Amino acid sequence: MIWHTFFFYLFSAIACIFGAGVLFTNNVVRMAFYLVISLGSTAGLFFLAGAEFVGAMQLMIYVGGTLVLLIFGVMLTAQEAFVSMRTRAGEVVVALILGASLLALLVDAAFRVEDWAVAPENHVVELAESKTTTQIAAAFAGIRTDADQYPEELQGGLSGYLLPFVIVSIHLLVVLIGAAYMARTKRRADQAPA
Amino acid sequence: MNAKRYSRSTSTKWITRRRKPRTCRAVADYLHYELGIWIWAANVLAATVSCVLILHVVAVGALIFIWMERKISGRIQDRLGPTRVGGAYGWLQTLADGIKLIAKEDVCPGKADALLFKLAPYISFAASFTAFLSLPFSDGWVAQNVNCGVFFVLAVLGLEVFGVILAGYASGSKWSLFGAMREAAQVVSYEVPLGMCVVVPVVLCGTMNLVTIANMQEGMFTNWLIFHDPFTFCLFWVYATCAVASVNRAPFDLAEAESELVAGFHTEYSGLRWSFFFMAEYGSMYLVSGLAVILFFGGWHGPFPIFQGLADMGGLATYTAQLAGCINFLLKALVGITVMIWIRWTLPRLRIDQVITTCLKYCTPLAAFFFLGAILWQINDLPSLNTIDRAAIREDWLARETQIEERREAIAQKAADKAAKAKENDGEEEPSGDGQGTADPADAAAVLNVENVEVEG
Amino acid sequence: MNPFNDPVTVSHYMAVGAVLFVLGVLCMATKRNALGVLMGIELVLNGANINFIALGSSYLRSESLGLDGQLIALFVIVLAAGEAAVALAIALNFYNNHATIDVDRADDLKG
Repeated sequence: MIWHTFFFYLFSAIACIFGAGVLFTNNVVRMAFYLVISLGSTAGLFFLAGAEFVGAMQLMIYVGGTLVLLIFGVMLTAQEAFVSMRTRAGEVVVALILGASLLALLVDAAFRVEDWAVAPENHVVELAESKTTTQIAAAFAGIRTDADQYPEELQGGLSGYLLPFVIVSIHLLVVLIGAAYMARTKRRADQAPA
Repeated sequence: MNAKRYSRSTSTKWITRRRKPRTCRAVADYLHYELGIWIWAANVLAATVSCVLILHVVAVGALIFIWMERKISGRIQDRLGPTRVGGAYGWLQTLADGIKLIAKEDVCPGKADALLFKLAPYISFAASFTAFLSLPFSDGWVAQNVNCGVFFVLAVLGLEVFGVILAGYASGSKWSLFGAMREAAQVVSYEVPLGMCVVVPVVLCGTMNLVTIANMQEGMFTNWLIFHDPFTFCLFWVYATCAVASVNRAPFDLAEAESELVAGFHTEYSGLRWSFFFMAEYGSMYLVSGLAVILFFGGWHGPFPIFQGLADMGGLATYTAQLAGCINFLLKALVGITVMIWIRWTLPRLRIDQVITTCLKYCTPLAAFFFLGAILWQINDLPSLNTIDRAAIREDWLARETQIEERREAIAQKAADKAAKAKENDGEEEPSGDGQGTADPADAAAVLNVENVEVEG
Repeated sequence: MNPFNDPVTVSHYMAVGAVLFVLGVLCMATKRNALGVLMGIELVLNGANINFIALGSSYLRSESLGLDGQLIALFVIVLAAGEAAVALAIALNFYNNHATIDVDRADDLKG
């Protein structure tokens, strides 16, 4: 029994089951909490793949930030008894058929590519020692330090990520200002009180 | 600054005395290779040992802290506090309270969402407990030496707010919901200046690894990061404010305000469920206190380097030095808790708008200003009380992290060994091609085993 | 034939990513609550992130995308957070104007 495989199956089962919970429940607050658990185990999957910085980012930004925002939104738009808004049965059936066929297509494609379906030869996993944080930090500053992991012909094309980093920072600033402006409560005489 | 007495010897010592980290991996390896236990049983045992140890820190710690709180608050209020249970100072009072709480009736309100109501305390406790997994108690004494340790702790601490929101919503009462929403807003707002305060020690040390940050403050207390420059000194006080606000302690404890919201988000909780919330709260207090000790106060390196010579001798002497470091760390974190308790019973409570104002108008700009000051101080190499040469340690550490030649050599060596072993085992032709040709970066074990051996030599 | 004895490959990760993606698409398609649709978007982005991380993992492939996979996933996380903020602002605006969060009621422009 390879522990890596066991934990992979555990985390992916939790992620998929609670994702299905998000889909099938009607109570929007429960949807939000199932999503929290699903995204939390996705972070676990990231840790298992050796991307520990991304896993920690997922926990902090996605789960700890975005979902808190979502839950605040849920609480702010809550109606008296969470009037249940059920989808009509016909739409559910059509959606399930389309979803199942898309899933079959994607999973089949995933397992069909030879390069992806085979584990590397010297398969050994030392997860506690993965050290990509420094390299990611250096890449954000514009310096790639991991050139030796790429084949020779690709090494010349590696670039730093400083420009996207700065662009995303300004983008987030604009998003913050825009969202705060859009979501402000407008106190006009003819508006129904929210 | 210029290399002083400690720099040269400390930096070379730091390279050569790479002690085996006492992580889960090391314990599991010991169990499997030395004692011959089946590999997966060894892994489970190692994980269990780590978790049980941390659980003791959290649970027994909560016991001690609640007793301390009652005694200190009593003395501040000119009364005695618990005096009867367990002898002279009532130190078993919390145990008696715990037994009473376990024996209480398990009440679930009628309008409550039963599943979420029961789940909430465990989420809070799980978040608090998980953050302890990457908190080192001494050199190498950490359950999982996560390389982005600082970031991981902050990320997981931010998950505690879900337990609170869940509790507030699922209780089915509007007081709980108000308290929960206020607390969520407070915790999420204070994560911003907390993150900025925490980034400065990371920048000064060049790593997010908590063990490394603490090791870069060894020696005299003048090497502590809080004494690096005046900006970092002031930044620590901003961190203290944000940390106290982040764990919802007074004067920021509006969410549990007894006088205003009955009891806030845990109004409807009684018995064991309530005690889980409180273990989570005291656990988080101890965690941010421990984090402050590691980031600013040298971790387990005491004010004076008493055990530093002992630490290199190997065997029992190293263990004694590390144990002394662990006790040192626990005591320093305890001082932090005492200060938090002291502040709680001294200062009046802030209103929610005052809490958010403090965060957005005072803590965040101050943190940003001190962050800028500390960075400029570091870049211009201005004089500081720290005499340890972090740059040398950092460059050496970075070079080891991205070693190209040794890695290629190690992979080629391992592949050659494997081919030779396959040849002598089967006696037939080698398995097709991949054993030798690929410079396989996935072969981390070979790299790291070889790295460990090289470095320890 | 014990599945726990076989090492995990990129295909397994992509299958998980596909499941999350499809669940997210179904959420977007069937939920009437605007915030439910938003949660579907989050699931979709997470499915895509799992793919990026798996293809960039040096443990699962000998010649992986390397750091690029992780960096792209980081940018996706950050941009998803920004987009969730804007979508939530739109949803709140809608709620303020219509006193309901049901997307089926957003039919003012219906011909």
